[in-house]
Amino acid sequence: MNALWFDIAHLLAAGVLVLSLMLLYQDRITAVINVFALQAVVLSLSVGWQSVVQGAPHLLATAFIALVAKGIVIPTALHRIVRKLDVHREVERVVSGGPTMLAGLGLIALSILLVQPVVETADPVAREDFAFALAVVLLGLLLMITRRNAVTQVVGFMSLENGLVLAATGAKGMPLVVEVSVAFSVLIAFIVFGVFVFRIRERFDTVDVNVLDRFRGERREHL
Amino acid sequence: MPEVAIGLWCIAGFLGIGVAATILGGRAIATPLVYGATLLVALGAVLLALTTLLGGAAPSTVVLPIGLPGIGAHFRLDALSAFFMLVVNLGAAAASLYGIGYGRHEHSPMRVLPFFGPFLAGMNLVLLAADAFSFLLSWEFMSLASWTLVVAHHREPANIRAGFIYLAMASFGTLCLLLAFGLLAAPGGDFTFAGMRGATVGGSAAALATLLALVGAGSKAGLVPLHVWLPLAHPAAPSHVSALLSGVMTKVGVYGFIRIVFDVVGDFSSWAGLVVVLAGGATAVLGVLYAVMQRDLKRLLAYSTVENIGIVFIGLGLALAFRANGQGPAAALALTAALFHVFNHSVFKSLLFFGAGAVLTATGERDTEKLGGLIHRMPQTAVVFLIGCMSIAALPPLNGFVSEWLTFQAILLSPQLPQWGLKFAVPAVGAMLALAAALAGACFVKAFGVVFLSRPRSPAAAQATEVDGFALTAMLTLAWICILAGTLPGLVVDALAPVARQLAFVALPPQAGLPWLSLVPIADSRSSYNGLVIFFFLVASGTMTAAVVHRLASRSTRKSPIWDCGYPLDSPVTQYSSSSFAQPIRRVFGTVLFGVHETVDMPRPGETRAGRFRMRVRDPAWRFVYGPLARGVLRGAVRLNRLQFLTIRRYLALVFAALIVLMLVVAIWR
Repeated sequence: MNALWFDIAHLLAAGVLVLSLMLLYQDRITAVINVFALQAVVLSLSVGWQSVVQGAPHLLATAFIALVAKGIVIPTALHRIVRKLDVHREVERVVSGGPTMLAGLGLIALSILLVQPVVETADPVAREDFAFALAVVLLGLLLMITRRNAVTQVVGFMSLENGLVLAATGAKGMPLVVEVSVAFSVLIAFIVFGVFVFRIRERFDTVDVNVLDRFRGERREHL
Repeated sequence: MPEVAIGLWCIAGFLGIGVAATILGGRAIATPLVYGATLLVALGAVLLALTTLLGGAAPSTVVLPIGLPGIGAHFRLDALSAFFMLVVNLGAAAASLYGIGYGRHEHSPMRVLPFFGPFLAGMNLVLLAADAFSFLLSWEFMSLASWTLVVAHHREPANIRAGFIYLAMASFGTLCLLLAFGLLAAPGGDFTFAGMRGATVGGSAAALATLLALVGAGSKAGLVPLHVWLPLAHPAAPSHVSALLSGVMTKVGVYGFIRIVFDVVGDFSSWAGLVVVLAGGATAVLGVLYAVMQRDLKRLLAYSTVENIGIVFIGLGLALAFRANGQGPAAALALTAALFHVFNHSVFKSLLFFGAGAVLTATGERDTEKLGGLIHRMPQTAVVFLIGCMSIAALPPLNGFVSEWLTFQAILLSPQLPQWGLKFAVPAVGAMLALAAALAGACFVKAFGVVFLSRPRSPAAAQATEVDGFALTAMLTLAWICILAGTLPGLVVDALAPVARQLAFVALPPQAGLPWLSLVPIADSRSSYNGLVIFFFLVASGTMTAAVVHRLASRSTRKSPIWDCGYPLDSPVTQYSSSSFAQPIRRVFGTVLFGVHETVDMPRPGETRAGRFRMRVRDPAWRFVYGPLARGVLRGAVRLNRLQFLTIRRYLALVFAALIVLMLVVAIWR
């Protein structure tokens, strides 16, 4: 395999990871959605490059789905939701930026530690990809639990799914049907989330999930 | 038809009786019909067990196509099963006969009758099961059936609590047995006892399995500190069921231990014997100490069961230790002693519970402080109860003495053991056994004296009437068995020979041919016992003394104050009561061990209220084992309760943290 090809694959996968870290750092919801769209674009580039490297044309379809669905459709829809809900100026962190970034770095180290020995025998592209993919999944989870706005939690979930796609395309021979089904399930999850967000808004005039907890008769958290 | 198939038909009969009892419903005819039917089936099973045991038949097996698919259910009848089948069904037959009369006083017969037959079926199934699955299934079936009988009188909150504790302990015991079988399973996953016997497991696995079997079967049998359910649950049931629970079901627990440890695990180390001996010694002493302090007659009997199980386990532990050291005859002696005591205890404990039931029917009282003077109102019950008391207190020439004497003979052989730990520990346990035997004497002097002697302490006791003929026949039969097994112990020992040969690989020398039917367990020069001679000596000397007193006493008239029997006041409360009789023993042993706390609240001069005496006794098992355990669980539950009310985000964070922790574990301990 050409060393340059490997480097480019590596660069793109690492780009997805760096954008995950950027997601963690964003304060405003609009910025979060923009970074998420950017991550989706880089992901589709990475998947496309994998299709070139592996000589697997069906991965191009995956890249296309990622670009259209996550790079364009979902961010646009999310922007509309945010505008309609009028929450685009809200800062909605539970844990402040610094500690979150540190935790994120720790998670990346952990996933590299964990994955490297397991896939030692796999080819180097897949090896790096798996570590990055696991880190992206973990960072997506971290985003979900450090934010209190439902829209950001949706973004966290989508970014987690990006990690899954990254892992799936890194391995040779992943059938298209798996990727398509993953993409569709994410789309459906997005619809469900969207409906929920609007229902919450209708009932409580806010999308702050803490209000749900107060509705359940629980104390408000002061984090 | 092989013997085991007949046994299975008996079990089917018991189950069918349960179904028939449900169909018959609450009609008056149901009680005699059900108990009569169980009596017949139990007698059939007794006959089968006797022919198998005495006929020396080869073990018979049968595989039924039920249970786990592809494996089936294995059943086997060998000498050990046959002996325990004899014990179980003898008790069952007596309880059925007693129940024909006693059951008429039952106010809710539909809570007892449908479960009586299945309970007997469950106990017999355990004895015949020959693979782990059917064994555990029948074990649980037996536990559940007996639980329904424990909570038969469910209107009393104490009974429901007893049932709950029993259920918890029974589940715990079954869990231990399940793990033990898991450890013992043959490498190919063969769960039949034959397969496990053939498989060799490592020393540590065998040791762990033995411990688990001791805990699992011991919780059913009533080993300290696993005995806590027993004094609560046994008295809660109707009296004939109490007799079955205490006299018979604990023996099924003993059977489970013998089957797993002696038969399936085999020899691995002599320290197992040491552990069992020590557990038995502690159980014997604590059980009888607690029994002495009881006021409730049925609870006293239940605690005395704990003591007797301790004696049985001392014998079993000695047999294990001797067998691990290759000392066959000594192992056979210890094992025979333990099995003899199993038989004896099942007989006299059933007899005593029947007696307690008779007292309960006649007076409505279980509290000994409200009884007394019943020997005048219920003379026949008093005589058979006295025979039961003398047997359990190990007085010659009755059967309790023989088995305890044999146990002592085995203890006296302990210097033969090569291990120093055993050499020191076994004589100490012998001293504990002697203490337990003496305290059992005191305990049953108290039980008989307070209930049957002196003057009635309540109107109910003063108006008691003798019980019905069925109950009396059942008690008389058991009393005769006590006398016969005590005076002709050689026959019983010979009958136990096949079991000893199966488990200790040798049997005691045959006793039947010895002159004067005496019992010589090891050698003539060492020790011998002749119950028959003692019996005749006691009868002859007693008759002669009576004759001499009557013949030589003066008939002349004397003038003197009336003998007031030591009670110058007329009130019955001036008599010795149950608590005052036990006070010296309670003061000596109870203060430290049982945390006995006595307070006397005397009225000041001029005050008209009555003085009060309060006493609090706490079971050390509750204080040191179950109390802290229950408090710990409660505290943990209260802490964890907060998890119910977290936010969605925190639940996510918990999942995330769990994932991270697992990943860290994998990363560090790869």
